[in-house]
Amino acid sequence: MKPGPSGSPAPPELLAPVEFSGATQVGGPLLAIRGVEGVGWDEIALVRLPSGEVRHGLVLEVDGDVAIIEVLEGTSGIDPDLVAVAFEGRPFDIPVGDGWLGRIWNGMGEPLDGGPPMLAPRRRAVSGSPLNPSRRDVPSDPVFTGVSVIDALATLVRGQKLPIFSSAGLPHLDLAAQIAAQASVAGENFKVVVVGMGLTHADAATMREVLETRAASGDLVLVLDTADDPVVQRVLTPRVALTIAEYLAFERDQHVLVVMADVTSYCEAVREVSAARGEVPGRRAYPGYLYSDLASLYERCGRIRGRSGSVTLMPVLTMPGGDVTHPVPDLTGYITEGQIVLSADVHADGIYPPVDVLSTLSRLMRKGVGEGRTRADHMAVANQIIASLARARVARELADLIGAEALTETDRLHLDFEDAFYRDLVHQSADESRSMEDTFARAWGVISTLPERELTMMPAESIAAHYHGSLREGNEPPRSAPDNNDRG
Amino acid sequence: MSHATEAGRVTRVNGPLVEVAGLRGVAALDLIEVGPQAISAEVVSIRDDLLTAEAFEYTGGLCVGDTATTLGRPLSARLGPGLLGGVFDGLLRPLDDGPTWLDPGALTDRRAEARWPFRPAPVDLGTPLAAGALLGTVATAGGFIHRILVPPRVTGPLAWLAAAGPIGEDDAVAIVGDHTVNLYEEWPVRRARPVLARLRPYAPLVTGQRVVDLLFPIAHGATAAVPGGFGTGKTMLLQQIVKWADVEVVVFVGCGERGNELADAMADLSVLRDPTSGASLRERTVVIANTSNMPVMARVASVYTGMTVAEYFRDMGYRVVVLADSTSRWAEALREFSSRSGELPAEEGYPASLSSSLAAFYERAARVTTLGGAEGSVTLIGAVSPAGGDMTEPVTVQTVRYVRCLWSLDRDLAYARHYPAVSWRHSFSFDGATIANWHATEGRLGWAEARARALSLLAETDRLSSIVELVGLGALPAHERIVLLTGRLLREGVLQQSAMSENDAYCSSAKQSALLEMVLAVHDRCLSLVEGGLPASAVEEFDLTAVTRARDETGPDDADGVTRARDELLARIAGEP
Ligand SMILES: Nc1ncnc2c1ncn2[C@@H]1O[C@H](COP(=O)(O)OP(=O)(O)OP(=O)(O)O)[C@@H](O)[C@H]1O
Ligand SMILES: [Mg+2]
Repeated sequence: MKPGPSGSPAPPELLAPVEFSGATQVGGPLLAIRGVEGVGWDEIALVRLPSGEVRHGLVLEVDGDVAIIEVLEGTSGIDPDLVAVAFEGRPFDIPVGDGWLGRIWNGMGEPLDGGPPMLAPRRRAVSGSPLNPSRRDVPSDPVFTGVSVIDALATLVRGQKLPIFSSAGLPHLDLAAQIAAQASVAGENFKVVVVGMGLTHADAATMREVLETRAASGDLVLVLDTADDPVVQRVLTPRVALTIAEYLAFERDQHVLVVMADVTSYCEAVREVSAARGEVPGRRAYPGYLYSDLASLYERCGRIRGRSGSVTLMPVLTMPGGDVTHPVPDLTGYITEGQIVLSADVHADGIYPPVDVLSTLSRLMRKGVGEGRTRADHMAVANQIIASLARARVARELADLIGAEALTETDRLHLDFEDAFYRDLVHQSADESRSMEDTFARAWGVISTLPERELTMMPAESIAAHYHGSLREGNEPPRSAPDNNDRG
Repeated sequence: MSHATEAGRVTRVNGPLVEVAGLRGVAALDLIEVGPQAISAEVVSIRDDLLTAEAFEYTGGLCVGDTATTLGRPLSARLGPGLLGGVFDGLLRPLDDGPTWLDPGALTDRRAEARWPFRPAPVDLGTPLAAGALLGTVATAGGFIHRILVPPRVTGPLAWLAAAGPIGEDDAVAIVGDHTVNLYEEWPVRRARPVLARLRPYAPLVTGQRVVDLLFPIAHGATAAVPGGFGTGKTMLLQQIVKWADVEVVVFVGCGERGNELADAMADLSVLRDPTSGASLRERTVVIANTSNMPVMARVASVYTGMTVAEYFRDMGYRVVVLADSTSRWAEALREFSSRSGELPAEEGYPASLSSSLAAFYERAARVTTLGGAEGSVTLIGAVSPAGGDMTEPVTVQTVRYVRCLWSLDRDLAYARHYPAVSWRHSFSFDGATIANWHATEGRLGWAEARARALSLLAETDRLSSIVELVGLGALPAHERIVLLTGRLLREGVLQQSAMSENDAYCSSAKQSALLEMVLAVHDRCLSLVEGGLPASAVEEFDLTAVTRARDETGPDDADGVTRARDELLARIAGEP
């Protein structure tokens, strides 16, 4: 057993009787051991050092009597002649139960909060099993984040995977923590699992702080892997978290939101491990199977017919150099159902959250909003705002090219609309949770800065019900929170 | 299984790569079963005593020394009446009957209890029969007539024919020569099913999507590739075709894509009705699902399985379309395995055989005369997901070489919410002329000319737009400003088509032509007005929203409604000062 108060996820009686000793090769995270027998692929191995320290390993390959083991804690300090390895005959698994809730864990599911280790009679392999696609139910109810721009224009739907694409220097971790702290589903059981991957200690501390209240209420599981934790372990971290989430959702009927940051650090860990294994590198040296690997995480969200829980996933990633064609955002985009894109330009304008609305899309939104879910006019509101913003962008480009004088009156109205949009709807503080009512009122306030004839996406009955004239006709639209108009 | 000759032993396991020694009587591409869970694996190479195989399921726990037995046959699909309306994995094992979680060994390829009502064909005993001859039929849900034929390579006199009544999948239907024909037939998925003759493309496969049918039409039996970065609308376009294509059978291969999408598509198909049969569209569809979290190696099999199912229905004399979303995931699975088995990588790590694998796959699509003498077709449409949206990556480049139609999806169009985001600049169809002839025989004589005009106006608009960006609109002569106006009308009124629209998700050929003619007529009228001295700026102020209203407010088949809207609009324009 691993010494110290943190304990180990493996109960002591599982130390298998047969130990093999004497490794033939040690390097990077890998350890090769000869003379083994009856060892299965992808089994968990316990690597015992002369000091009594026990590390965890996974069997990467069995070839004749040689087993190649990936040591999660790394191989530093391992003397090939003095090491003993026992095989467990089972894949890497964790206990499942409600005991994870309200606690803080490291990337392998060991306590970080000084509490006791997680113990439960039932265990699940962290790699999970593929969900039969014909057993899936279509995601069709919203998760409210309390963040206006997301709730109004890119609604998160239960069972969806919707990533945040960001760049270094942008407040994506603040946004992730805010969503994790505020998110809710209308009156139903709701739990949040937050997974930090490769976070700095400072960021991890901030996360803990922001999430303190939610953690105290027992509705949150916090799994924190920090930048100085061993990389091999980082590859398991999201799997530990998703296994907990699946348990809560599909065995305990909870709606579970999993917020995962930073997927880029995770992918770098995968790349590092792949290089250590000597695999053929693909684009930007990431392994060719990165797509399948990411899918084995992202596809674990969803709903199952006949069960009431759901797993919703919000991965957060930083695009190296802001490049959306980089393999991490690219492959993520190919798997997820839309994306929320943060922009340095919007950030520079002092807007929080700095969302680039035109590149943002929740592909499942249509299913999760409308009469009985949010409000009948929701989809039209979103379509109208996006269409008008697109128009504003064209006007802005034109103004940049041939001068603002060349703009028509309608163009200018759209530029004003864009300003109002960022000022009144998007901008909010990192600890402000807005109700849908508030968000809709603000959205209509913004829409009402445009003359009625410009509302081409809006059905007449919505205009009759919510439109309150343009500013230009002297009707000051009611603002629900006028004190929030400062632009940082 | 009973075919097993002599058991071998597993000597190496590295993920799906399994090596086996001591197993004899095995040919390349044969199936073997390994370990206590009898995981199936396909033999990819044989060297001396050592077989290398790729396992179709998770190999966790598989040990050196575990047994391996051969099934004595290559990977085969079990083909029969239970396919339509079902969802299957890459090895054609029913998923609808399967458990919630797909652990190794969770699925079987049989539905032992199912029974189908067999009706023998009027053939006398002793009649000499050849492959493709009709033995009887089974009516499946929605009134679909499933034809049971003498399988390829079987000939002889009819020695016995089952009587009318319910039969199960392993029951015999007939004895032809000394061959017992069962209700279900097995066919090796990597081998194309034989035909009497390949025919040239002739009639269009109408997708109901204007940009496809009007500008880049596809013929029954042809092939199309749909490359596009993430979110550009590949899946939506393919699923629109699943719903609306004028074919008898649809095979949708969800290859390495999302489970939620599949659930959504199945829900839609269960609700939508076939206008002629009244049955739900699901009853004409076979779904093969290897979602991105399912075992990677079954992904390779899934596209061949889908193609085999399509050929099976083609041989009954039906028109079939196969949609593969996404062929890139299949190519990546090929790459993943070849790199694991230490094969020398070619471009971007893909095996050097990528190109020939793609060619062999796309070439299975065709319009044919079947062995039984009927006409049938398999049309193949494959989505391509280029890494980083880079159209010069190997899978895109190699695919484009082998297809007759290319529908390139453009990220800028998609971001501007112009759907379907098919680029008119980077797409093509080799069957435009053939299909123009077909339209002419159907009485639509102006079809080819309208298409040519639309394409040239769009190209001209692009050229003029780049000039306007430099010098401003005011610098253009009036007739060029009209071209720009028409370009916008073409994009908004003809090319854009929302899959979510009640009236416009599907558009009949007649309404398609009527809408295009409406825009061209408006163009001609505006042009003559500026030639008559009206300033272009005045024409640009015309309210032309009647075009998009005609698109959205007339029913999918209501070409006359569009024509009326056109006449009203033209009359109004003529009356403008
Ligand atoms: N014809 C259409 N009508 C309306 N909306 C569309 C259409 N095509 C695409 N969209 C929009 O674009 C989104 C993405 O489309 P789709 O899922 O087809 O993309 P994709 O190319 O398959 O992406 P990926 O490669 O990630 O699978 C849809 O969710 C929808 O919002
Ligand atoms: Mg898709």
